[in-house]
Amino acid sequence: MTSTTTQSGTPRPPGASGRPAALLQRVSQHGVLWPVLALVVLLLACGLKSPGFLEVVVRDGNLYGQLIDLLRNSATPLLLALGMCLVIATGGIDLSVGAVMAISLAVSLTYLDGAADPTSPATVVTAVLLGLALGVVIGAFNGFVVTALGIQPFIATMILMVAGRGIAMLITQGQITTVTSAPFKSLGSGFVLGVPMPVVIAAVVFVVLVLLVRRTALGMFLESIGVNGEASRLAGVKARSTTWTVYVLAGVLAALAGIVYGAPTMAADANNIGLLKELDAIMVVVLGGTRLDGGRFHLGGLVVGALLLSTLERAVIIFELPSQTTPLFKAVVLIAVCVAASPYLRSRLRTPRPRARVAKPVEVAA
Amino acid sequence: MSDTPPRAGDAVVRMTGITITFPGVKALDGVDLVLRRGEVHALMGENGAGKSTLIKALTGVNRVDHGGIAVEGRELRFTDPSQAQAAGISTVYQEVNLCTNLTVAENVMLGHEVRRGPFIDWRATRREARRYLQRLNLDIDPRSQLSAHSIAVQQLCAIARALVVDTKVLVLDEPTSSLDKAEVAELFRVVRQLRDSGVAILFVSHFLDQVYELSDRMTVLRNGRFVGEFKTAQLPRRELISHMIGRSGEALAGIGEHARTSITRHSPRETPLLTGIGIGRRGGVEPFDISLYPGEIVGFAGLLGSGRTEAVRLLTGADRPDEGALEIQGSPVRLATPLAALRRHIALSTEDRKKEGIIGDLTVRENMALALQASRGTWRRIPKRELDEIVQKYLVALNINPPNPNALIRNLSGGNQQKVLLARWLATSPRLLVLDEPTRGIDIGAKTEIQRLVAELAADGMSVVFISSELEEVLRLSQRIVIMRDRHKIDEIANDGSLSTDDVLETIANTGVKAS
Repeated sequence: MTSTTTQSGTPRPPGASGRPAALLQRVSQHGVLWPVLALVVLLLACGLKSPGFLEVVVRDGNLYGQLIDLLRNSATPLLLALGMCLVIATGGIDLSVGAVMAISLAVSLTYLDGAADPTSPATVVTAVLLGLALGVVIGAFNGFVVTALGIQPFIATMILMVAGRGIAMLITQGQITTVTSAPFKSLGSGFVLGVPMPVVIAAVVFVVLVLLVRRTALGMFLESIGVNGEASRLAGVKARSTTWTVYVLAGVLAALAGIVYGAPTMAADANNIGLLKELDAIMVVVLGGTRLDGGRFHLGGLVVGALLLSTLERAVIIFELPSQTTPLFKAVVLIAVCVAASPYLRSRLRTPRPRARVAKPVEVAA
Repeated sequence: MSDTPPRAGDAVVRMTGITITFPGVKALDGVDLVLRRGEVHALMGENGAGKSTLIKALTGVNRVDHGGIAVEGRELRFTDPSQAQAAGISTVYQEVNLCTNLTVAENVMLGHEVRRGPFIDWRATRREARRYLQRLNLDIDPRSQLSAHSIAVQQLCAIARALVVDTKVLVLDEPTSSLDKAEVAELFRVVRQLRDSGVAILFVSHFLDQVYELSDRMTVLRNGRFVGEFKTAQLPRRELISHMIGRSGEALAGIGEHARTSITRHSPRETPLLTGIGIGRRGGVEPFDISLYPGEIVGFAGLLGSGRTEAVRLLTGADRPDEGALEIQGSPVRLATPLAALRRHIALSTEDRKKEGIIGDLTVRENMALALQASRGTWRRIPKRELDEIVQKYLVALNINPPNPNALIRNLSGGNQQKVLLARWLATSPRLLVLDEPTRGIDIGAKTEIQRLVAELAADGMSVVFISSELEEVLRLSQRIVIMRDRHKIDEIANDGSLSTDDVLETIANTGVKAS
């Protein structure tokens, strides 16, 4: 899906396309190359350290194994990052997504808690819809503050980042609401055709979003708004409502992430659900090769970014390191990947030794 | 300027065999340039000839692939602009690149503030700034914010800054494109003063008159190659032009003729396409009436800041009028947004190409598609084949270089960016096309192409509004000329062919705005 974006994003010299060397060139310039390499290295390292790591087994028709767990754990960051990425494309940012996770889960579980029959499918559907509706409301609020009031996105979304957990506490009345509802729980721990439910949900959302963004003109509009908002407006782009739309999308996706994340435990812990997840989402976006200053974005890279993030979290456990050090390793990988992908460094590395290159003059599109 | 006895005419900068390539574009191919102490050197060439690229090589913005730069005999290799600055090379760009949100003093003295221990002595800093400004006869408050001043004053501030850093070479890239006559004269006075004090000056301008007025020598580039270095006094204009465009002067005159003869000078007085009745906007332009007819080119004449731009923005949904009414073919409309105007086939090509025109990080193709796609809405994406055809059509018709739809628009030269923007608007099949300074900062070749295109569009029945600081251009193209001054529409003259530049200037100068 991203291949279409990259083709237009990094212009090639005419005539150089198609040849294997040119392909190699393009791959080596692709922003996602380094995260992919980092992911492969990490997976191999984990496989060597813990021999069962790379095994996938089928039990009762369902897939199990550490790799499957990785996929499952990647679902939440991916959902958050998808929304975050679109917001970032417009030159904004959404710091409230972590708090939205907490609120949406609180709303869903509180509704279930009060329902006569928490296990009936209708009740569960209503609970989920309520949570998602809340995401819409919050996204709309963020969008309003950003576009109508013209407040900087960082500040605008910080409002709910700070206030959100308080709201969740109000909803759960300061308790950690716990409910039992098998259908709801299955949203986090169930399987569809052997594949874990969160993976299916994230995959479906990903595909829908890619189609939405690239099959319509939405993607181009988001990028043009992110690069030059006033020029876009003068070219007839509805900059305001388009920007508003992506904040709503980010809100809904965060709400969905909260439900998927909280479903296995079914405990609405307003203080801890989604804590610092907004920063994970931003990290996934960056690892996925999208720049934070808006414009060009790459949804495909988010999958790699999310996988890398959860593999890293798992690797810390496999290598028997204290789990408190996880953030440190995240930081190290983030720095390593960003440095490796930096146009500055790459052009630096390139200049002193002009290797034999097939496609004649190509510079990094900085 | 203090070391060994320097003499006027000594080479300060010697660039040899400069070659620079961008993805898909060979921007410069073995170009030489020599700048001498106490001389104004003009760099000439069409759009895409490589002038800006060469300047950026000199100022350290672009990395040089091959070739050498020697400053006062020392071979240097710039990897970023600060090194060029340290070598004594200062630049005043086409678009002023100062910090408009800082004060004048902060801009002029940036990095050279007067210090008292670790702290900045602001009072002394301001005094210093004022001293430099006064050397340029510029009497403005150093504490005022830079953005509060006109572009001309901002440019002089940029030059004042060049004085602060003890400049050996001053690069002026299209400094006059947004200045009026008096401001140009003032700028030239300052430039001559600097030249006489021993600075080597590199001057880039598409105004031939100004080049001939100011420069001592010129280097001509064409398609990224070096054509030659000439003494200005020994190079007749016609010859210069043929060097620049690689055609003989006669061929160029032919193009001009063609543009003139293809203009149909009829103005059918049926229903006007767009009528403005008493439209105005506070702080923008005083209420005015206007009627625009199909097949007619209406020129807007007036000095910079006379309200030309503000007036047309009210006609195209870019700004909302506070008062008055608009009618399309006799029925009232509200154009609240540019989109509303586009949907009624009214398009505005803005004056500020960089800030309000191009989407720099997107491709030529996407930039062309943007307005058409916006008018169709988010969900109905232009089919790939249709867009391919549109893009191909305009790449060829407008002679866009490089003809690569996937190049990023910011890598194109100014003139080619302008052509892509024209394609953006033409793709929406406008019935009214408003062109605000479409030929600003553009060379003769592209200028003639755009003028001819405008004439053809009108001949096909399009209504065109044409704004330009160059009166000759307005006169040559328009059937009717609206004259603006001090944010008022002061007159409207039919251009029957006998009208001269002087007549228009006379009107601008002498027609009263109300009682004055």
